[in-house]
Amino acid sequence: MSISMLRVRELLKKELRQMLRDPKMRGVLFVAPIIQLVAFGYAVNTDIRDTATFVIDHDRTAISRELLEAFESTGYFEVVASSDRPADLVRALDHGDATVGIEIPAGFARDVSAGRGAQVQVILDGTDSNAATVAQGYAGQIVQQYGLKRATAARTFPAGGVDLRTRAWYNPELESRVYNVPAVIGVLILLMSLLLTSMSVVREREMGTLDQLTVSPLSATELMLGKTLPPMLAAFVILFLITAVAVLWFGIPMRGSNLVLLPAAFLYIVSGLSFGLLISTISKTQQEAFMSMFLFLLPAIILSGFFYPISSMPRVFQWLTLLNPLRHFLEVVRAVFLKGAGITDLWRQYAALTIMAAGTLWLATVRFRRTVAM
Amino acid sequence: MNLARLLAMARKETIQLRRDARSLVMAFLLPVFLILIFGYAISFDVKNIEMAVLDESQSEASRDLIERFESSGYFKIVAHPASYGGVDELLQRGVVKLVLIIPPDFSRDLAAGRSAPVQILLDGADANTATIAQNYAGAIVARYSAEAVLKGRELVLPVGAESRVWYNETLESRNMIVPGLVAVIMSIIAAMLTALTIAREWERGTMEQLAATPVHRLEVVIGKLLPYVAIGLFDVALAIVAGLVVFGVPLRGNVLLLSGMTLLFLLGALSFGMFISAAVKTQVLATQLALQAAYLPAILLSGFMFSISTMPIILQAVTYAVPARYYVTVTKAIFLKGVGLEALWVEAVAMIIFAAAGVSLAIRAFKKELA
Repeated sequence: MSISMLRVRELLKKELRQMLRDPKMRGVLFVAPIIQLVAFGYAVNTDIRDTATFVIDHDRTAISRELLEAFESTGYFEVVASSDRPADLVRALDHGDATVGIEIPAGFARDVSAGRGAQVQVILDGTDSNAATVAQGYAGQIVQQYGLKRATAARTFPAGGVDLRTRAWYNPELESRVYNVPAVIGVLILLMSLLLTSMSVVREREMGTLDQLTVSPLSATELMLGKTLPPMLAAFVILFLITAVAVLWFGIPMRGSNLVLLPAAFLYIVSGLSFGLLISTISKTQQEAFMSMFLFLLPAIILSGFFYPISSMPRVFQWLTLLNPLRHFLEVVRAVFLKGAGITDLWRQYAALTIMAAGTLWLATVRFRRTVAM
Repeated sequence: MNLARLLAMARKETIQLRRDARSLVMAFLLPVFLILIFGYAISFDVKNIEMAVLDESQSEASRDLIERFESSGYFKIVAHPASYGGVDELLQRGVVKLVLIIPPDFSRDLAAGRSAPVQILLDGADANTATIAQNYAGAIVARYSAEAVLKGRELVLPVGAESRVWYNETLESRNMIVPGLVAVIMSIIAAMLTALTIAREWERGTMEQLAATPVHRLEVVIGKLLPYVAIGLFDVALAIVAGLVVFGVPLRGNVLLLSGMTLLFLLGALSFGMFISAAVKTQVLATQLALQAAYLPAILLSGFMFSISTMPIILQAVTYAVPARYYVTVTKAIFLKGVGLEALWVEAVAMIIFAAAGVSLAIRAFKKELA
């Protein structure tokens, strides 16, 4: 099999022109990912702040107001409405106007002053179990600290005890965005890589131009280069654009080196493009290619550790995620961005990505040869 | 509009669908397959957080504290670094998420009634897990501390919190994930089903034939929609049955209301896909637009994963343009809260508007070409 540089160059020109000819397509390729990263960068936020809180204060004393003030001053809770009828609380939670309810019973101040252990009711909307878990933890702490403060002031509580000092490394403010925005980069790159190649062969087949290509003097290798190099170029351009947005716009700290990131990105993009090409050669119609891509993409996103922790999955699925290139790429991107990890820290992920890139490329090549030879 | 022509159009589309057997099988089985996989695989429940302990106190008191971390079920001690230097690497390599450091004077300070510092280092990179771990650790330490200073005496704090969780009493993440997933998967499937249908006719040259027939454009759009609406309804029914039977997710609301809302949603999402298809005329471009306009927004901006209330106002405004947003709210509310139309009328109105807009946009995009 021979590769003629001249033929490859002409083919690349043709493919590039075909890819970039349509202004709508140029927009889809280079503008849309930027818009998406900006929008999703703001969306991927799991911080609990200003949770809409509905208050029923049956007590209406200085002490009950002090406790409510303690809730609001943390910034985790924001009182959006109050009433003295429990039915209003039910309504607010049913309609989703509030996700937390605080109910202070009558006689609260009297019981607190007497040290009798007054109970505050905290009602949580469990339809978002993650937010409810976190809010429950915060509410418990706030009430406990308030109780301790009063007990210590009243000298009913001995001094001393354990003084817990917590420090969070890599992300002292515990902002979820710095963890999630790098992950959005990974998702967008996978999506674009698949988009760029999954339609290429099947479209030519459906339109009947594939036959023209097979009778042309181009060898299978040359054709394959023509089908993959322009998309790879485009994928890298997109990667640079959106990484720049992540760092410059969202201020995501880049503690590691680009040189650690680039080889992983290369392997990841090769896997994505090859997989797309594989879909394209297997599918009979564009509709089918489109659906296969969907079928692959959703599990790839959900089972990548992007949002749902891999450690909470059943063992079988934890193993399955090892086959997911997104999982490994996310680990690399997050570690390089936030922890400044080097290649030695990430050799496992590199090895996995290398195997995946080589494997999908081989499969795609075999299938591609067979398709073109027909 | 002529009913016979409309049905003929629907029949033509059905025949065409049946020819692409693989796509058809995928359209029918994909949603239930995905629900089964994800419903089983994903959960938010933070358990067995890997932690390391550096116990410089080596006392009965410190061992007692460590034992409480272990027996809580939230933490799993996987490493005992010998010195402070080993801690760094454990966090860096992601081996542990949390390190508990108990200084040498811990037991002495505690016994003497002085404040005994204990340090916790968190891997803050994953802020969500770190926050939950921090809350659990704080609660364990606070309880331990109170018991240690009281030394067996009974003392009630003047205030206590009693929390109750509504709608999802055990905070089971599956109960929230499955109804949301039905909505997200259906938004994606809907866009996928119709995004290519008109572009395909253009590329294959059958559009001219269609234009030459006396069929009205309204009949074309509605007729083409009908088979897909049927597939969509079937998909949702299957996915809901899977959620109820396999995962035991409660369905507390009215099934009829859910069906009605589903129909509205499908009309909007399917006709929107058709609009894309009619507007761009090539399958490649339609694919890309459908992916970018429907796919990720349905996952990330619908409130399925990330709650809308924490987004900036501008982005919250954008989410009103994502139909999946309303459908996610509706499925969660009907499944878990069991509320009726009185709580969901806003969503219902929004989805009616979407359906009307989708259908008229699709008809419009169609009109230019056929004229």
